[in-house]
Amino acid sequence: MPTTRKLYGTRLRALSILTAVVLTGGFALAAFYAPIEADQGFSQKIFYLHVPLAIVSLCGFIFGGICAIQYLRTNDPRHDLRAYTAIHQSLIFCAAALVTGSIWAKAAWGQWWVWDEPTLVSFLIVFLLYATYQPLRFSIEDPEKQSRYAAVFAIVAGAFVPLNFLAVRLANPLIHPRVLNSSGGSLPVDMKAAFYACLIGMALLFVTLWKYEMTAKHNRAQLRSLKRKLGGPDAAAIRGRSAAPRVSAS
Amino acid sequence: MSTEPEGTPPAIATSGLVRRYGERAALDEVTLSLETGSTLVVFGPNGAGKSTLLRVLATLLRPTAGTASVLGRDVRREGWAVRGRIGFLGHAPLLYGDLSARENLAYHARLHGLRGTAATERIDELLGAVGLERRGDDRVHAYSRGMVQRLAVCRAVLHDPEVLLLDEPRANLDPAAAEQVEPLIGRSSGRTRVVTSHDPAGGLAEGDVALGLRAGRQALLAPAADVTAEQIGELYR
Amino acid sequence: MSAPSPPSTLGAARAVLAKELRLERRAPQTLVAMALFSAMTYVVFHFALRRDTVEGDLASGVLWVTLTLAALLGIGRLFVADRDEGGLEGFLLAPVDRTALLFAKAGALLAFLAALELVAVPLFAVLLLGPSPGAGTWLRLVAVLLLADLGIAVVGTLVAAIAVQTRARDLITSILALPLLLPVVIAAARASAPLLALHGDHALTGRWPAVLGLYDLVFGLLAYALFDFLVED
Repeated sequence: MPTTRKLYGTRLRALSILTAVVLTGGFALAAFYAPIEADQGFSQKIFYLHVPLAIVSLCGFIFGGICAIQYLRTNDPRHDLRAYTAIHQSLIFCAAALVTGSIWAKAAWGQWWVWDEPTLVSFLIVFLLYATYQPLRFSIEDPEKQSRYAAVFAIVAGAFVPLNFLAVRLANPLIHPRVLNSSGGSLPVDMKAAFYACLIGMALLFVTLWKYEMTAKHNRAQLRSLKRKLGGPDAAAIRGRSAAPRVSAS
Repeated sequence: MSTEPEGTPPAIATSGLVRRYGERAALDEVTLSLETGSTLVVFGPNGAGKSTLLRVLATLLRPTAGTASVLGRDVRREGWAVRGRIGFLGHAPLLYGDLSARENLAYHARLHGLRGTAATERIDELLGAVGLERRGDDRVHAYSRGMVQRLAVCRAVLHDPEVLLLDEPRANLDPAAAEQVEPLIGRSSGRTRVVTSHDPAGGLAEGDVALGLRAGRQALLAPAADVTAEQIGELYR
Repeated sequence: MSAPSPPSTLGAARAVLAKELRLERRAPQTLVAMALFSAMTYVVFHFALRRDTVEGDLASGVLWVTLTLAALLGIGRLFVADRDEGGLEGFLLAPVDRTALLFAKAGALLAFLAALELVAVPLFAVLLLGPSPGAGTWLRLVAVLLLADLGIAVVGTLVAAIAVQTRARDLITSILALPLLLPVVIAAARASAPLLALHGDHALTGRWPAVLGLYDLVFGLLAYALFDFLVED
C-alpha cells in the first residue's frame, strides 16, 4: 500500500488557513479601509472582487496551457490532471468575474452589460471558448486520446487569449477611464493595499481549491483500488464515460 | 525456415507488448519473434487482440508498454523508417468510393514515392494479376465486396513491401479470387507475413509459427507443425 | 523492384491535396452546400434587418457573418470522408511526415473558401450591397479575404481534426471554431467596412491586416507544432 509518496494532500491544512486569513483580511481592507470612490460610491468596491477573480482566472488558463505542453512532452497523466483541474476551476473563476463585472456595470452605469468595456467583452469570449473544454473531453471516449486532444485544445486556447484581447481592444477606440485600467499603476496607497491583499487571497484560494480537487480525485481512486484489492474486481463500480482524466491510484 | 547468417535481427519481434484502452488491456504481455520469410498465423476469438497486434506492428498504434520492432526498427521511435516496407491489409479497405481503382492505387503509389511510368506499370501489373484490369476505371463504390477486397490486396502490396500484415485477407473472396491473390500475399510470395485466421486447419497449414491469443493474453506460441487443430479450438471455448 | 524512396513532405501534400480536390469535383457536396447556404443567408438578412441595401459597417458585418457560418460547413466536412472510408489510415501507413496532411487539408479548405467567395461575394454585391466599389477597392477587399481565409483555413483544419474524433462532431465543430475565429471576423469586418462604405476614401488601414497577419502567423505555427499529436495514435 503506497503511503510513502505523499504527492497529494500535503500542506493542505496550512494552505487553507493561510487562504482564509489573507482573503478575509483583504475583504476587510476593501470594505472598511479603502476609501469610497467619488463617482460610484460603495458599489465600486466590487472591483476588489472582480479584478482579482479576472486576473487569477486568466493566469489559471495559461497555467493549464503550460501543464498541457508538459503532458504532450512527457505523456505523464499527472500533468493532464493538473491541466484539467486548473482549466475547469479557472472557468468557474471566469464566470464569477463576468457576474461581478456585470454587477459593477449595473451599479456604475445602470446597465447589466456594456459592450464598450473591451476587457469584459474579451472575458466573455474566453469564457465561451473554455466552456467547450469539458464537452470536448466528454465526447472522446478513449482516455488517452481524450487527454491528448484536450491538451492540444488547452494550448491553442491559451495562445488565443492574448490575440483575443488584442483584437477586441483594437476594435474599441473609446475606452472609458476606469479604475480597472489604472490598477497596479496609479492607485492611491490605501486602495493598493486592499487590492493586492484581495489579489493574493484569490490566488491562494485558487491554489487551495486546485490542490483539494486533485487530492479528492486521488483519494477516490485509491479507495476504488483498495476496494478491488480486498473485494475482487466487482467490488468497486467501474467508471463510466467521464470528462475528467483517469487518476491512477499509485 | 531461414538461411540467414547469425546476428541478423528477426523480421518481427515483440517483448512484453501491452496496449491498453483505458483500463482494458487489448494486448497483455505478448512476446514473440519471427524470422525473415516466415509466416506467423494468429488465432483467437473476436476481441482477443489479433487486429490490435497487427495495427501495432503496422505503426498505426503505439504500444502502451513493452517493445515491438519490425525489420529491426522500434515501432515507437523509428516507425517512419519502416512504414514504406510494410504492407497492411486491415478490415477497412482504405479506398475512396468516389475514385476509380486506378486513381486510388495511383494516390497510394504517390504517397509511397512511386510516380510516373513506374507507377502506372506497377498498377497495371497488379490489376491484371487480380483480374480487375477491365474495371480499373470504374468507381470503387460500384465494386462488389470481393472486388473491393482484391483491390485492397493490390493497395497493400503496391510498394513491394518486405513485411505483410494481413487481417483476414481472404474475407469476401471466393476460391477463384483467393487463388488470384495467393502469389501476391500468400506463402509463395516469399515475404515475411503475419496473418490472422479463424480456420485452424487452413491457418496451421499456411503458417510456420502459430500464436494463440485470448483476451489479449498469449495463450500459445509454437511452431505450426507442433500445434494441433484441437489446441486452436481450445482458444475459442 | 526495389523499394521506392519516400516522397518529400510537399510532394505528399500535393498528392493529398489533389485527391481532396478530385473527390470534391466528383461529388461536389460541400461547395454546393456552402454556396446555397450563403445565398439563403443573404435572404434571411434582408428580411431580418428589413433592408434592401446595406453599406459600410452593416455590409461588412453581413458579409463576414455569412462567410464565417458557411466556412463552418466546410470545416465540419473536412475529415469526414477520411473517417468514414478509412482514408486517414491509408495516409498514416505511408512513409510521409504527418504535417503533409496539415498542409493538404488546410490547402483544400483554403481552396474551398476561395471558390465559395467567387460565388458568394458577387452575389452579395448583387443582392444586398448598396455602393458599387471601384476596381481598386475590390482588389483591397480580395486582399482582406485572402488574409482572413488563411486564418480560417489553418484554425478550421485544427478544429476539424479535433472534432472528427469526437462523438458529437458537428456540435463540437461549431462551438470550438466560432470563438477561435472571432479575431479573424473582427479584423476582417473592420478592415472591410470602409471598403464597402458609400462615401469616404475606401482605404485599407494598416492595423487590421496586421492583426490578420499576426493571427495567421501564430496559429500557423501552433498548427504546425501540434498537428502530429492529433493524428498519431
